[in-house]
Amino acid sequence: MSSALLDIHALRQTFPRADGGDLLVLDGIELTLNQGQIVGLLGRTGSGKSTLLRSIAGLMPASAGTITYLGQPVIGPAPGIAMVFQGFALFPWLTVLENVQLGLEALGLPEAEIRKRALAAIDLIGLDGYESAYPRELSGGMRQRVGFARALVVHPNILLMDEPFSALDVLTAETLRTDFLELWADGKLPIKGVILVTHNIEEAVLMCDRILLFSSNPGRIICEITVDLTQPRNRLDPRFHDLVEKIYAAMTARIAMPTRIGTATGPIATSISTILPRVSANLLSGLLETLAAEPFSGKADLPVIADELHLEGDDLFPVSDALQLLHFVEVEGGDIKLTDTGKQFVEAETDGRKKIFQRQLLAYVPLAAHIRRVLQERANHEASKHRFFDELEDHMSTEDAEQTLRSVTAWGRYAEAFAYDDDSQTFSLENPT
Amino acid sequence: MRMIVPISAGGLRRVFSRWDAIAIVLVLGLLAFLAEASRHVLEPLAELQRQPVTLDLGNLPEYAARTTLRMLVAMALSLLFTFTYATLAAKNRRAERLLVPLLDILQSVPILGFISITVVFFMSLAPGRVLGAEFAAIFAIFTSQAWNMAFSFYQSLRTVPTELTEASRNFRLSPWMSFWRLDVPFAMPQLIWNMMMSMSGSWFFVVASESISVGKTTITLPGVGSYIALAIERHNLHAVLWAIITMLIVILIYDQVLFRPLVAYADRFRFEQEPGVLPPRSWVLDVLRRSPLVDRVTRPFGSLWRRSMVPHHNGMAVAKPPAEKQHGWITFQWIAIVVALAALGLLQVVRFVTHDISLADVANAFMLGLATLIRIVVLIAIASATWVPIGVWVGTRPRVAELVQPVAQFLAAFPANLLFPIAVSGIVALKLDPNIWLSPLMILGTQWYILFNVVAGAAAIPAELRAAGANFRVRGWLWWRRIALPAVLPYYVTGAITASGGSWNASIVAEVASWGNERLEAFGLGAYIARETEAGDFSHIVLGIAVMSLFVVLINRLFWRPLYLLAERKFRLG
Repeated sequence: MSSALLDIHALRQTFPRADGGDLLVLDGIELTLNQGQIVGLLGRTGSGKSTLLRSIAGLMPASAGTITYLGQPVIGPAPGIAMVFQGFALFPWLTVLENVQLGLEALGLPEAEIRKRALAAIDLIGLDGYESAYPRELSGGMRQRVGFARALVVHPNILLMDEPFSALDVLTAETLRTDFLELWADGKLPIKGVILVTHNIEEAVLMCDRILLFSSNPGRIICEITVDLTQPRNRLDPRFHDLVEKIYAAMTARIAMPTRIGTATGPIATSISTILPRVSANLLSGLLETLAAEPFSGKADLPVIADELHLEGDDLFPVSDALQLLHFVEVEGGDIKLTDTGKQFVEAETDGRKKIFQRQLLAYVPLAAHIRRVLQERANHEASKHRFFDELEDHMSTEDAEQTLRSVTAWGRYAEAFAYDDDSQTFSLENPT
Repeated sequence: MRMIVPISAGGLRRVFSRWDAIAIVLVLGLLAFLAEASRHVLEPLAELQRQPVTLDLGNLPEYAARTTLRMLVAMALSLLFTFTYATLAAKNRRAERLLVPLLDILQSVPILGFISITVVFFMSLAPGRVLGAEFAAIFAIFTSQAWNMAFSFYQSLRTVPTELTEASRNFRLSPWMSFWRLDVPFAMPQLIWNMMMSMSGSWFFVVASESISVGKTTITLPGVGSYIALAIERHNLHAVLWAIITMLIVILIYDQVLFRPLVAYADRFRFEQEPGVLPPRSWVLDVLRRSPLVDRVTRPFGSLWRRSMVPHHNGMAVAKPPAEKQHGWITFQWIAIVVALAALGLLQVVRFVTHDISLADVANAFMLGLATLIRIVVLIAIASATWVPIGVWVGTRPRVAELVQPVAQFLAAFPANLLFPIAVSGIVALKLDPNIWLSPLMILGTQWYILFNVVAGAAAIPAELRAAGANFRVRGWLWWRRIALPAVLPYYVTGAITASGGSWNASIVAEVASWGNERLEAFGLGAYIARETEAGDFSHIVLGIAVMSLFVVLINRLFWRPLYLLAERKFRLG
């Protein structure tokens, strides 16, 4: 027996782009939240999962499609949908108690009741004794507890959580997750359903009943995974591990497919408009070295090597993406494998590495090749950043363009393929002599 | 819950504590002051002639009270303006496009030149009563206070963290409620700092605004400004000194009673707490906070205030029209209206000005503008060469900085035009060239902004950076070139922008100075505006002001803004 709290149908979100066109962020989203469920939205940066959460919260109107909450269309912040924020979003000038009371004051309840309910929520969430403290006096974990208390005190039907644990250290995050799950399992929370945005695969498997996997640029739901392990879940359970593996495989499988126009040549097709992940050359060689060394000897499980490198959640993906792009590794079925070029790179000395990196960069990153070609064609071998920036902006958001240009600059510098001067914002072929 | 039980009471809740006594005295004193100062406002104008301003020392306290009241009323109006104008600019994108540039221009217009024009208008509002003249004076003071406050508030509103805005929307705070619970608190520290700057700056205008000429008649409102004007006319150095002392006392009082408590109170609205910096304290605030009586009296008001924020509807959110696309037609209309108004304004100005202004007049005004520009450039250069090294020296020594910083801020608050009489008598006595020696007066009051910004910048150089410099034995000129100057550049530019803008305005007072019958005039645009104001030649006043505004705007856009952006991008630490 379950009745839908929330129904999303054919939702589409676009943002205006610099050139006047629209940038598609979310497309064809179908989602149903039933009573008593925790649904996880899992995806990498740029998959639009936070945008989806904000659409549900009524903070941004849908470009197309419908969001229905308890039979009513969501067209603005609705009563009964409360949110917990990644950066806590506490008002620094209000005490813990005042922060928690804020939502109730907005409801216009009598002062005595506001007080009573706020104190009860504070008690429930383990904040007793901190009522008169200001957020700045609290640790990150305690601050997020205030965030939870503030959301719960209004007795929402749906609790929206926007990566609520990602700003906390590992240990604190784990404590908070466990506390939350305990209260949820014991039915002590005045909520009926939860939507959790996360980029942490283990967190999703630990907390959610259903996980929706998102692709990036634009965000689409690529598959739904039902987690039927009983709570409390054990990370050491082999079935838990299998699920994590499976999701890793599903999330890396997507990269092998071209996300943009271009004919497939080799494992990945890229064009100038491919968004480049923000990864330093240092991290790239670091992963290659680890992968080449014992115990991996050139092949590893993605979750295992992520652990080895202390990369949390999806922090590994940009690195493996970049390496795959440069043909240093192959990723398949949740495994990462060193290519011959990758081996050569690891075995080479600094200068040799740079040569190999330059070769791969110019061969497989069209943007890098493009910049180099433009610089070679020009008499003075110089070109302004804006020339390329404007070009990129036609295909992606300003932030993505900024990030892509920064990545290609960093890689180009390491490969000594071209130089960049930030003062004059120009690319050139000349390195300072 | 936030009520702090006085520790002095030893846990006993006395009915009446000594904090109550002090608080009552403070409140009654304030009421008495307001009553005394505003008693004369509704009297007919003739009363002013019957009781002219005299140099009698006994009158000074009353004059001081009335001047201060004018400044406070102007401050209240400035706040009102800030809360409405800046909010509209920040929340409505269509309004923003017009309001922000408008504010930028208003900020650059030397309002000192405009006083004579506005007086006529305000006098007609309350004909035959002192009130009209009061309005005019208050308006002049208002124009010297409001712009930077509005700008600061607008900028704060634009930088409210997104998550906080989302949280307040998610918890369905009404616009009125989130304005008072989120926007205003967030903007408060910056706004109060700007209020203090405005208050200091407006002393400059007080002297000019209390003694008003309408055509042939001169109305002199009782106040410190008029007192000084009279003292200058009568060649009475003693009276000038007394006025200065009075002003110092007034500044000290409102700093202690008004701004210190505000700064101490607003400290909790500071978004990022810098570690190791002691929170500001204020004894007045402590008294008010610790008094149970004040708490009991204000509590019902607090409750009422909170009640006013309760929303009236509780259902689903009302649909808001999304995006601007649907508003294409309205946007078009809006642009059409603005363009039409601008065209009308242009026509008005052209008609007004072409009436009796020749091309030669315009060329002349530009020449004068160049003269003033050269003066300001030289002055800023000299002030920078003086205060940057001193500021760095002070800023890198925390103990010295602690002593110097309040003094520098006080000097900035002190209206430099009060020292003009002394300077003028010196120039006359020594027979110096006014073209050179009147110039320093322009920067007398504004140079301090350079000093205390540089001090703040030098103090912000991380200890590690300084240690690294010492470790690599970076000394002498190299240290200045590579460490000190880059680190303070963003701060210096901020200070220099304020200093240069202020100097343009000051030129109107500083390029012409008189002392009794002696009158000194320098060749410059400021002197031109002052002269035309005296002559009551409106079209030439407008020309002078327009040219000066143009200079200020151009220099800001072409020089200061790029320099600021460069300094921000390249040298901002952390």
